[in-house]
Parts: sequence; structure tokens; C-alpha cells
Amino acid sequence: MSLRNYILRRLLLLIPILLGVLILVFIISHIMPVDPARAWAGPKARSEQIEALRERYHLNDPIYMQIYYYLRDLLHGDLGVSATTHRPVLKDLRHFFPATFELAICAFILAVIIGVPLGVISALKRNKIIDHFSRIVALTGVSTPLFWSALLLQFFIYYKLGWLPAAGRCEVELHRITGFVLLDSLITQNMAAFVDAFRRLILPTFTLAFYSMGYLVRITRGSMLEVLESEYIVTAKSKGLPGRIVTYRHALKNALIPPLTVLGINFGWLLSGTVLLETIFAWPGMGRYAAGSIVQVDLPAIVGYTLIVALVMILSNFTVDILYSFIDPRIRIGGKAR
Amino acid sequence: MRLEALPLYSRYRLLKRRMRPSIKELGLTLYVLRKSLLAVIGSFIAAAFIFIALFGSYIAPYDPYETDIANRFLTPSLSHPLGTDKLGRDILSRVLHGAGYSAKAGLAVLVIAIPIGIILGGIAGLFGGWIDELIMRLTDIFLAFPYLILAMSFSAVLGPTLENAMLALSLVWWPLYTRLVRGQALSIRESAYVEAARSRGASRLSIMFRHILPNCLSPILVTLTLDMGAIILATAALSFLGFGAQPPLPEWGRMVSGGRIYLFQAWWVPMFPGLAIALTVLGFNLLGDGIRDALDPKLRRITEVKWRKRIGF
Repeated sequence: MSLRNYILRRLLLLIPILLGVLILVFIISHIMPVDPARAWAGPKARSEQIEALRERYHLNDPIYMQIYYYLRDLLHGDLGVSATTHRPVLKDLRHFFPATFELAICAFILAVIIGVPLGVISALKRNKIIDHFSRIVALTGVSTPLFWSALLLQFFIYYKLGWLPAAGRCEVELHRITGFVLLDSLITQNMAAFVDAFRRLILPTFTLAFYSMGYLVRITRGSMLEVLESEYIVTAKSKGLPGRIVTYRHALKNALIPPLTVLGINFGWLLSGTVLLETIFAWPGMGRYAAGSIVQVDLPAIVGYTLIVALVMILSNFTVDILYSFIDPRIRIGGKAR
Repeated sequence: MRLEALPLYSRYRLLKRRMRPSIKELGLTLYVLRKSLLAVIGSFIAAAFIFIALFGSYIAPYDPYETDIANRFLTPSLSHPLGTDKLGRDILSRVLHGAGYSAKAGLAVLVIAIPIGIILGGIAGLFGGWIDELIMRLTDIFLAFPYLILAMSFSAVLGPTLENAMLALSLVWWPLYTRLVRGQALSIRESAYVEAARSRGASRLSIMFRHILPNCLSPILVTLTLDMGAIILATAALSFLGFGAQPPLPEWGRMVSGGRIYLFQAWWVPMFPGLAIALTVLGFNLLGDGIRDALDPKLRRITEVKWRKRIGF
């Protein structure tokens, strides 16, 4: 099977999974004990108004019909109207998504460029000081609650040392083009905004990266250790190849496959981590929007947010799968794994 | 020979002989565990946590709910080692009480999620075909999702109490165990002794309980220890977001979120409960890592030689 066919097939497979997620969310949201129409109309609404709303949003229909209506609107690019902000959900999500994505992607990059090398070094210097150090750093990372390390950083870096601002995204007036503050400020050549945005980005990014870095260090270390003990490495060494070449050309390439696998999942953790962080750092992203809409029983917003998150998760896993076949020719696309 | 037919003493000797291999295995595991400093620290922390979870309410110096406005926001001192919060409640007593809630949450999730995982994973692995496909796609849907967000929606549906947060977490935790048991079942299904059992006419149920389940125990044990930390973390996160425990319950996550606004005024209010979470989770993770290493066949072989020398084989 060619790569193009494989990608097409994988993309088609996304549809049932997304449909499943949608149905799951619908079921969850429809057993909520609160009447969404009442939440929509507000506390002062008369019962006819509520009834009209129920009729308009098909709330009196059975759940499978509601899913049908939702899908029909979805294909027209309509995700409904949020009950809390009274704006189309798609507009809301488009507004909040860049902030969250910017945070998550920066944390992701930071975690990868620190975590993977640390895991490799740790495996190469097994049971040396640096190995113990990086294992402890990794374990602390996965064990520390995000919301607590965020407070810790705020307390020391902002309050005690005054090095960086504690919260917010960008206080300088900025023309919005893409919604990604760093990009926008570069495009409009607004250096003041760029510096401010960058300084505010550091603390949340670092908190988030520290958390997901731990998993990367552990997995990289484990897989590197396994590869270093394998027979082809022993062979390469015994036939007299210099250690450096063996390590970098033979071992490293093979050892990087398992960490690559978890990258996709890791990105999902980062997204859910933003739900916790955005409240603490007053970050105007989707996480805060989602937490708020769950409390307010804002159904269209919840469903919309969930779909976006599921889509991002699935797409990142998909990207990882494609990357796989480039890195490792043994993983034959579509064929049986040997 | 039937055990019941023998006199008591011979029964004991026979049992001892039969159990010898597994006792030896256990001894080796404990030995490997003891060789690792980090695993020892982890077991101490985990043991301390369990002790505090059981007896914390007896050793707490004050009533965790008793308010004393005159003594609010006291800095940590001898009479209040971790200080007091906005209502003058003693934070140490609240932290000691909170351990019980975290332990309960961890246990509840494991007790609900593991059996679901074992049953579904076993069925999927043993039967294969469309049943396997169905169950695995279901776990895919659950795993396609960051579990915290799913648990958030579940606990919003069920209503914000600690019990419901535990239930919500169990509902998102089972797919991991389903995968694990299915993988194990698939590999064991092909082994020679299962083939032998099948040709003898053993039913699928008996293969499940006599061959597959016992072989799943050690991977489940490792996952369980590592998960204990993750579940405690997730419960605290849900409570932090306002979906789990409600005030005035001294739950750790809730205490951090309640004390968050006083961070610059009285840092000890949010910091100490958070430290308790971090330490507990770290302890379970260290222990889980240690157990995994101890059950790892490669490391075992290396250590076994030393061990045999020591106990004189």
C-alpha cells in the first residue's frame, strides 16, 4: 500500500472515532441533571420562552435525532450558540484556541528539547550522578501537581524575586491577526508586545513542560537502555567501531521510536494541563472556557470544546504514525507487524 | 495427594514444600527492592501515607473544622507547625485528615476500574473477532481523550462531590487495564500450556481464571502502584477545579484551590497541602518504579547471583 493510500485510510478511520466521541459526549451531557434550556434563557425567563428554546434547539426530540441535527449543523460549520457568552461556539473556540495552542506547543517543544537528551544522557551514564539527578528530576516532574508547581513558581519568581510577571497573556495593545500573540507581534513588528508576551509565557510554559518532560525522560531512558544491551550494539562494538558512532548512529536512532510514540499522547496531556493552568495564570484560553462552560451546563460549548480536543489528540497521534514510517522502514505501512 | 486427608504436621510440610518456589521468588523480589535506595525511600513514604490515612485523624492536634478567627493566618510555629488558614483552622490537622480522603479515592478507583478492565480485556483477548474489535474501539474512544477533561464532564454530570469525582475517575480509568489484560491474554493464548489446557477440553472461562489472570497479576501490580499516585493527583486536580470535594472538607486539592488567593499574603495556606500531594505521589511513583525493576527479568538475573551467594545456595 502506498503512503498516500495509507494516509487516506487513516483519515477515513478518524470519522468513526470522532463520531464515537461525539455520541459519548452527547450521552454525558444529556444525563446532566440541569435543563439546558433553562440555563440558556436565564433565571428571569418565562416558561413559554423556555419552551420555545426547547423547540428551537430540538431538545424535545429523542437523543439520536439531536445527534443527527448536530451533525447536520456541524457539516455547515455551525456548532451552536454558547449559553454563557451568547456567541457562536465556533467563534468562541476560534477566539480562545490560539492562546491554549500557543502555550501547549511552546511547552511541548521545551519538554522535547530538554526531556529527550536528558533521557539519553541518563541511559549512557547509567547509575552515575547525572543519571540519579535526571531520574529524580523526571520523577518530581510527574509527581508534582501542576497547580502546585504553578503556585510555587508564582511565589518565588514573581513575588520574591520579581523577575517575571505572574499572570496574563499580553498587556500591550496588539493588532490581532492570527491570534497567536508571539506571531502577531512579530508580523506587526511590535517589539514591546513581543517582549511582554514572551515574559508572560515563560512561567506557564515551564510549569507545563516540567510536567510532561518527566514521562519523556523515563521513556527515552528505558528504551535507550534496552537498545544498548541488544545484540547488534554488542556486535557493532566488538567489531571495533568507536563508541561514539555506535551510540549515535546505531543506538540513538532505534531508541527514539518509543518516545516518539508517546509524543502524541503527551500533547493531549498538555492540553488537559492547560485547564488547570489557565485559571492560575489568568490565561485567556479554551481550558478556562471549558471549565466555565461545564459549571454553567453550557452544552454547545462543552460539545464543541470536546470535539476540538479530540480532533487535536487524534491528529497528533496521526502525525506521529506518519513520522514513524519515515523514521523506521521496518514499520511497514498497512502490512502486518513482524 | 489431597491435603485434607493428612495429619496437621504433614499438611504443613507439604504446603511449605509446594510454596517454596513462590516464597523464594518473593524473597528475591524484596531483595532487589531493598537494593535500590529510591525504592526504599518510596516504600517509606507510601507506608507513612497509609499510616496517616488510617490514623491521621487520631494524631491530629486540633479539630480540622474548628474555626478560630482570632488566630487566622498564623505563620508556622510550634503550636501550629504548618500555620493556620483564613478561618484560623490548623493546617497540619487538616492535612493529616486529608490523607484519608486521598487514600479512599485511590482505592475506590482501583476497586472499580481494575475489575472492569480485567473482565473486558479478558473477553477481548480470549474471544477475539468482532467482540475484540468492539471493545478495543471503545477503549480507543476513551483514550482519544485527555482523561482529566472526560472526568470533568462526568463529575459535572454526577454533581460535585468527592464520591462522584471518584466514580468519574473510575469511569475513565478502566481502558488502561483493559488494554493491559488484553495484551497479556493475547500473548498467553498462544503459549503451549494454554494449548495443552484447551486440547484437554478446558473451557474459556477456566483458561481465563487459571492461566491468564495469574499471569496478569504482576503487570497489574506495577501499574496499580504507579497509578495510585496518578489517581491521587487526578482526584486533587478535579477538586482543585471545583468538581470534587467541597469545602469545608479537608481534601488536599480543594485546600490548595481555597488557599490560592492568599498565596502572597500567607504562602503556607496553599503550599503545605500541595506539598503533601507531591510527596505522596512521589512516594508511590518511586515504589512503583522499584517494583517494576524488581520484576524485570534482566535485572533479576543479575541480582539473583548475588542473592544466592548471600543466602547460601
